[in-house]
Parts: sequence; structure tokens; C-alpha cells
Amino acid sequence: MKKVSIGNPHVATPYVIWSVIFIVVPLLMVAYYSFTDANGSFTFENISTIFQFNYLRIFGESILYAFVATAITLVISYPLAYFMTKTSLSTQATLMLLVMLPMWMNLLIRTYSISNILERNGIINTALDMLGFEKVQLINTPGAVILGMVYNFIPYMILPIYSVLSKIDNRLIEASSDLGANGLVTLRRVILPLSMPGAVSGITMVFVPSVSTFYISQKLGGIHNELIGDVIEQQFKLNNNYNLGASLSLVLMVMIIISLAIMNRFASDDDGGVIV
Amino acid sequence: MKKSISIVSVITLILSSVLIFNGCGYEYQYPSVIGDYTNHNLQGTTLNVYNWGEYISDGSEDSIDVIKEFEELTGIKVNYSTFDSNESMYSLISNGSVSYDIVIPSDYMIERMIKENLLQKIDTSKLSNYHYIDEGYKNLYYDPNNEYSIPYSVGMVGLIYNTSIVKETPDSWGIMWDEKYKNDVLTFNNPRDAFAIAQFYLGQDINTENKSEWDRAAKLLKEQKSVLQAYVMDEVYNKMESGSAAIAPYYAGDYLSMVDVNEDLAFVYPKEGTNIFVDALCIPKCAENYDAAMLFINYLLEPEIALANAEFIYYASPNTSVTTNPEYSLLGNEILYPEESKKPKTEYFHDMKPEIRSNFDKLWQDVKLYRHPSK
Repeated sequence: MKKVSIGNPHVATPYVIWSVIFIVVPLLMVAYYSFTDANGSFTFENISTIFQFNYLRIFGESILYAFVATAITLVISYPLAYFMTKTSLSTQATLMLLVMLPMWMNLLIRTYSISNILERNGIINTALDMLGFEKVQLINTPGAVILGMVYNFIPYMILPIYSVLSKIDNRLIEASSDLGANGLVTLRRVILPLSMPGAVSGITMVFVPSVSTFYISQKLGGIHNELIGDVIEQQFKLNNNYNLGASLSLVLMVMIIISLAIMNRFASDDDGGVIV
Repeated sequence: MKKSISIVSVITLILSSVLIFNGCGYEYQYPSVIGDYTNHNLQGTTLNVYNWGEYISDGSEDSIDVIKEFEELTGIKVNYSTFDSNESMYSLISNGSVSYDIVIPSDYMIERMIKENLLQKIDTSKLSNYHYIDEGYKNLYYDPNNEYSIPYSVGMVGLIYNTSIVKETPDSWGIMWDEKYKNDVLTFNNPRDAFAIAQFYLGQDINTENKSEWDRAAKLLKEQKSVLQAYVMDEVYNKMESGSAAIAPYYAGDYLSMVDVNEDLAFVYPKEGTNIFVDALCIPKCAENYDAAMLFINYLLEPEIALANAEFIYYASPNTSVTTNPEYSLLGNEILYPEESKKPKTEYFHDMKPEIRSNFDKLWQDVKLYRHPSK
């Protein structure tokens, strides 16, 4: 009987077929639509349309919002993930369940619930009102959009950081303190560098969906917080302008790649480019 | 309305249980039909229906589950999906990669789809229930010879306001620009409806081909952003019912379901005029089960089925068997069926020429991306 090696390149075939059908072909179609007009002839018009103030500003705002959301998510997630690794195994399982729990619900429903909490007569404002405080404007603000991003995508940050942190060999930390490093130095010189791959993949997994989201900004942002995802959605659903929609998507992809490349450079000096 | 329905259903339940204890059986009544739905060879085939969301009686709150009843009666499997705007429906159908046997576009979109050869003719002589359609909804501009569409549901846009916040009695679209109601105003997240309001307010024809008139309307919509809270579609229910917003234009029938929840809400047809629409049943060119589509259309015209749908949707019905039925709870409702003397001025949307449309798309994009300096 012939021995089947799991190192055999053919084991990747299912995914290769999958990615050709659902990733490579659609990407080529996006590129095709980007550089053609409604009649299918070659043009740069869609791309040049994008380089107008209105569109560039909205690209800038989308990246800014996503950046802020990613930073907040990171600051919340890292200490939590670290804390989780210090608890007993059964507590870790429970905490993991709690982190995952919101993901069992659909993103649309979660976002809709947030809007109910933040509304002028929503849960927070009703409580403030009953306690005799002034109502505050929560919904339809940039903060609401960023909250929506953080809330929806935070599990994608916690999980990779936690899984990297929990695999760090405890002997390395012991060695660090044997060699005279205090807790802070150990954290900075040993734990942080070792957990970088987790942080970088967390950053990617939060930043990318945040920068391209459309539903969250529509439901929580009101009239002045449209993001690039909303504009793209509008081109496909409303204006039937696949060409401009595809160009916007293409430019967005390029901007995401550039942003992540910059972040990666800052995040990891030695093993730069874990993702991308 | 919904409250009274649930009270009625509770009473019905109590009564029926009493009847059961008295030894009289309580049996589920299948809706009775006039047409013939059994004499065909379509058992086991599939019918693909593409309709607006919440636009058919679905069995909730003791209503008739129209799709299920049709499946049981005919043996045809219905594959039902929904859309949220004429444009997104059009985008899918014109793309050519889908197959639907029934779609339910609005008037102007039917005009466009006929023009672009996306619809099939419907032989109304083969529909035994077609005579129920109100003459007032036949031979309309988008389908002058009734060849492509069968009216399903009709309505008008009006202004909904919360009387606990709006102390005056508005009669003009102008209130949607009133600085007094800053952050209290909602409008449509749908370009034709949003533009129409600005155009009525400006006294324009909503189907104008004059580019500078469109520019003027776009400018007015940009100015509106200083008082606007949000662009909404179905979120309007939540925001108006909870009192999170005070003024919103929406479809008349939907006001009736909102006022059930919040009785402070009031409704008016502004004096400048408003949009009237007809949503009609059509069979697209991509249909693969034409005969089943014809059966389904006839079924929807059945008095009992049309009544169930009219009660569920809350929009006006173009079916005379409904509008003359004394059991119809909205019979003579002054918002859905205003008397001749109280009828608002109305205009239908027409399809736009391609160059007007692409300019219009651009203007809407400009409006959406505009940042008002006062905010």
C-alpha cells in the first residue's frame, strides 16, 4: 500500500479550488469592472472619479474610524487575554465562552440592539432621565459608530492574543526573573515580543472588517458618518453602477494593504509581515 | 389595531375552547377560493417569488399564511424571497443571473422594465379573478393596455408627526426644514422618495427633465441636513414609535401600524401634493414557471386572500372585492381611502431617461456625502 504523506501538496487542492472560484475569479471581476464603463470598454474614468475631495475624505474617515476602533479593541483585549491565561483552565473555558457568546448572534441584530440602547429614548437615556440627569446625544455620533465596531469585532482581537499568550512557555518568564528582570521588564522584553504575532493578526481581523463596514455606520451614524462601505453598497444596490462600485472596492483594498503594511512595520521589527 | 386584533383572538380562543367543551368540534377553516387551482400538472414544481419585505399575509397574529395555503392547495413549492427597494430588485433581475417567476415592482420601475424588455406579457383573460381589479388602477401610464402588470397594493406618502413634540398642525412639507425641530426630522434613505419631497415643496414636477430643477432640489436636501437626524427606511418604526424622532415622511399604511403602538402620532397629506404608487405583480422574462406564476397571481386576487393581505399589509387595496367587503377592518379608512373632496394632490413617479438618471444618482451621492457646516 502506498504511503500517503500529509506533506503531499495535493492536500491543499480543495482550498486551491475554493479560492480560485470564490476569491481569484471575483477579484479579477472587480478589476475588470473597475477599468471598464457600462458598455464594457476600457476606461480610467471610474478610478479618476474617486480622486475627488468627497471620496478621498470618506476614505480618510473610514480609515481613521477603523484605526481608532482597532486601537481601543487592542487596549481592552490585551489585558483581558493576559488575565485569562492566569486563571484556572475551567475559568478560561468559561471566559472564552463569554467572549464568544455574542458571536452566536447575527451582526445585524447586535447592531440593532446597540441602537436601541443608545437612542434618545433608549435604555441609557431612559435611565439617566429617571435619575434626574439630562439626556445625552449618543446615537448618530462618530462615537456610536466606533462603539459598534469595537463591540462587534472585539472577539477577533481577544482570541488570537489569548491563544498566543497561553502558549508562551512559563520557563521563559521564570528565566527572565532569574536573570533579574522585574515584572514590567519581563512583560516588555519577553511577553510582548512573543505575543506580537497574535496582536498583529488580531489587528488585521478587526481593522479590515471595520474599515469596510457599512451596516454599522448606517444604523448608528446618522447623516454625517457615512463610511466608504456605504458608498460602495449604494453603487451596487441603488445606482446599478457596478463599475464605480468595483473601483471603490479596488482602491479600498489597496488602502487596506498599505495601512496593514505600515502597522506591521510598527508592530514587529524582527518577523515583519506576519500577515500581508 | 394590533391590540384589538389580539383581544379579538383571545376572545376567539376562549369561545372556541368553550365550544370544544360543549362537544362542538373546532376545525381550521381553509380559505375558500373561487378559481380552479387543482386541475394542472404543476405539482412538485417550484415557483420563485420576489416581493417586498412584510408584503404578504404570513400567518402571524392569526392571519392566513398565504404562501403555505397556496402550496397546500396546488402542490407547487413556493420559493419566496424579499427585496427592500425597486433599484436593488432591478439590479438583480437586469443582471440576468437569477430566475424569478413573480416580481412586484412599483409603477415607474415597471415602465423601465417594460422598456428594457425584462417583462413578459400576462394574458388577463386567463385570470378568472381579474375582474375584481378596480377600474381606477387599470390602464395607468406605465402599462396603458394592462399587458404586463396586475395591481397588488397601492399607497401614498404622507407626513407622520409626534403631537407631544410638534404642537402645531403641519400642512406643508416645509416643516421638514424647520430649525425648531433640529435633530427631530427623519427622511427616506431612498433617493426618489427623498427628492420628491424637496420637489413638491419647491413646486416642481417630480419627473422634471430640467437639470437645474434637480440641482435646486439637491441643494434643498443638503440644507435639510442641518435639521435631519437620520436617513431611514424600516428603522422609522422604531424611531417614531419610541419618540426618538418627531417628524418623518412615510407610506400611509405604515402610519396605521405605528399609531397602534404610539397614539401620539398623527398624519397629514401635505398641501403641496404627494407621491402615489402602485405595486403590481409582474412575470419577468427570466421566469421558468409561467403557468404556476399565472395560478399564483389569480390566487392573490381571490377575495379571501386579497382581504387577508390587505389586513396584513395595511396599504390600500386595488381589489374591489376587498374595498366593498363589510368585514374589511380598514373599510373606508380616511387615510387609505380618503373621500373625493379630501384626496391629496398626487403624482406618480415616471421612469427617467438614462442621462437624467445618472445625473440623479450623482446628485444623491453628493447629498449623502455633504457635511452641513452647522453640525
